[in-house]
Amino acid sequence: MFRGIHIVPTDTHIPFMVAKRVFFIVSIALVAASLSLFFTRGLNYGIDFVGGTLIEVRTDGPADIAALRAQLGGLGLGDVSLQEFGDPRDVLIRIQKQDGGEEAQQEVVEIVRAALGEAVEYRRIEFVGPTVSAELFRDGVYAVAAAMLAMLVYIWFRFEWQFSVAAIVALIHDVITTIGIFALFQFDFNLSTVAAVLTIAGYSINDTVVVFDRVRENLRKYKTMPLQALFDKSINDVLSRTVITSTTTLLALLALYILGGEVIRGFSFAMIWGVLIGTYSSICVAVPVLIYLNLRSAPASDTSPAAEAPAE
Amino acid sequence: MVYFSRWKILSILAVCLLGFAYASPNLISRDVLERVPDWLPNQQVALGLDLQGGSHLLLEVETDAVVRDYLEVIVDSARNELREARIRYTGLGIADQSVVVSIMDTDRVDEAARRLDALEPDATVTREGDGRLRIALTEEAMVERRSLAVQKSVEVIRRRIDETGVREPTIQPQGVNRILVQLPGVEDPERMKELLGQTAQMTFHLVDPRVSAADALAGDLPPGSMLVPSADEVGPDGSPFIYVVRKRVVVSGENLIDAQPTFQENRPVVSFRFDSRGAQQFGTATRDNVGQILAIILDGEVISAPRIREPILGGSGVITGNFTVQAASDLALLLRAGALPAPLTILEERTVGPGLGADSIEAGRVAAVVGLVAVIVFMVAIYGFFGILANVALLMNLVLIMAVLSLLQATLTLPGIAGIVLTIGMAVDANVLIFERIREEVRAGRTPISAIDAGYSRALSTIIDANVTTLIAAVLLYIFGSGPVRGFAVTLAIGICTSLFTAIMLTRMLVVGWLRSKRPQALPI
Repeated sequence: MFRGIHIVPTDTHIPFMVAKRVFFIVSIALVAASLSLFFTRGLNYGIDFVGGTLIEVRTDGPADIAALRAQLGGLGLGDVSLQEFGDPRDVLIRIQKQDGGEEAQQEVVEIVRAALGEAVEYRRIEFVGPTVSAELFRDGVYAVAAAMLAMLVYIWFRFEWQFSVAAIVALIHDVITTIGIFALFQFDFNLSTVAAVLTIAGYSINDTVVVFDRVRENLRKYKTMPLQALFDKSINDVLSRTVITSTTTLLALLALYILGGEVIRGFSFAMIWGVLIGTYSSICVAVPVLIYLNLRSAPASDTSPAAEAPAE
Repeated sequence: MVYFSRWKILSILAVCLLGFAYASPNLISRDVLERVPDWLPNQQVALGLDLQGGSHLLLEVETDAVVRDYLEVIVDSARNELREARIRYTGLGIADQSVVVSIMDTDRVDEAARRLDALEPDATVTREGDGRLRIALTEEAMVERRSLAVQKSVEVIRRRIDETGVREPTIQPQGVNRILVQLPGVEDPERMKELLGQTAQMTFHLVDPRVSAADALAGDLPPGSMLVPSADEVGPDGSPFIYVVRKRVVVSGENLIDAQPTFQENRPVVSFRFDSRGAQQFGTATRDNVGQILAIILDGEVISAPRIREPILGGSGVITGNFTVQAASDLALLLRAGALPAPLTILEERTVGPGLGADSIEAGRVAAVVGLVAVIVFMVAIYGFFGILANVALLMNLVLIMAVLSLLQATLTLPGIAGIVLTIGMAVDANVLIFERIREEVRAGRTPISAIDAGYSRALSTIIDANVTTLIAAVLLYIFGSGPVRGFAVTLAIGICTSLFTAIMLTRMLVVGWLRSKRPQALPI
């Protein structure tokens, strides 16, 4: 019977820990670059977080963006940006938040509709007022912070504190570099990006937990093995799983990115990046950090009986 | 781990069967579904507005306006009370959400306070020295008025929307003073916004014949009269024509019982009918003022100002404004549905046209199928026979997700579809963990049964740890997220739970069943 391809050879001995300094340099550079991009260029916040109006229209033939820009630029609505959206006929119009209160915002759609008339198909209209955008931003920050805290607590509960610290370092690394990518490419950073960031956090922790589980198991099994060798062995033990799961997830996400439509392209991009960086960080950040956390001096015994995996 | 009791096998099969049963309505057309008896599963997945097209509007009721209206009533009754008692006062007005007045008869301040206190049970009078009195609404009264205003607004909005024929709208209060309106499949969101944006307070007033608008604007405004601009007539200088009307309301829109668009001399007009009280007031006023001009004021603008030619005693009449057919029918609709207690502000709007919604469903479906096929092929390539078992679990997982979504009537949004596609990629992880462990145990020299036993039991804690963390992310997304993002959280969470079931229960049952019937000497893994 067909036994399947073993894409990762069964008995690898890749000395990951030898390169730990390289990983640290790469990661610190990535984080530093991300932070400086975030503070210099900033994120291209979508209307969810800064307020404003977004209108997606479809024209009869290929859209004449220059003509549309001239037409809408003269309406006195402030900053109006236009871009082709997935199809030459589709144009995404973004209009900045208007001066004045909530009432001033509501007229934008009417003004644009009056200017463009009924010759175009209005595929999507989104308007977020200043009150709601401030709330959405606040909720987004709360969600990410609460998720990180909850995961930290869970790992702390299930492993020793060193694992928890290392997992959170890896997690923060992933979140910061994801924000860096969004600052670099100036992709729209909106509500669904926050959803993607949280999912990335979940995936990254998931991957880290699998490696840590094996580290913990090997710590009990090989009480005298040097930590560096033990970490290398643990990573190699689960390497095949890491590669396979990342591949299936990437296959699904690539399908979504290429075929899922323009509206969720940014979302799927963020997730693809998250899977890549999450896989990298669980091997090259989370485990090397453990080396510096004085793991063996802590009691090597497990705090949680569930790790013994009760058979029925 | 390689033993399955009979009841366990039966319950796993039962869950799968129920999954098929509850997922199946999604394969049937809606027309057929309506004839399915109620005791059978007959609910399809509810599509979010971003997939079926429609408008999501978050409205804020300006409840401050309600409080202000109420304070104005108190000002009027305080004025009457003080006049009747012949107490001299000054500076009667509204300040800081309360009514203030200074009593000039210093020896009668106590009496004034007592009289004002008796006016309104929900208000308290406090003395601030120098004869100054402050009439403030109690906190409970304010809260009550605000929440009544929100409740009333919900009713009026519902009536207005029902009149337009939109099917299955959602109108629900949110927080203190917000109302969420969801209108599936609405064709013309601008018209809906216009209908909801008007307070539609209509009142009939007599025009004051004693002064011209120019004199009144110059400062010669008689007490008891006010200036109201016209909605469409233009004065000599190009700005709206100004009417001088008496403040006293002849009859108000509250007394209307019906309003219909119709035609008079080939022009669109709105005919209306008053209830008996309104008819009586209207009849008396028109009888006593034949020859005068009646101003019909809608939301602070004169929409029509006909001359009274004869008494109108039947309680019905027409409004002949400068209407288009659409405007006449909208006005009739607004009058039938009643006035909003306070103006509404649109805080957030998200409208998706039917074209984009359909495109999104199609794109999501294609992405899901392609992603699924890619994962299935990959799993067979990597694990051979065991890959097929994992794929059975994967397909069952999708069926269960659809079943749970239909059963809970959770809303499927575009990010929700993304969540399903992501689940396709991640759901196999549990099986990958198990199979990799089995491979290891086989390499360590264990027999097939012992390798499978060890594979499942050792992978279990890892699987649970790994999935709980993702579940934490999903739950927090649901708590803090809104709209479509919540849809993503829902499918992600459901996907995690169903994939745990299919990986740990279903594939294990299949593997064990195969093991028992074939009793293989070596595992094909």
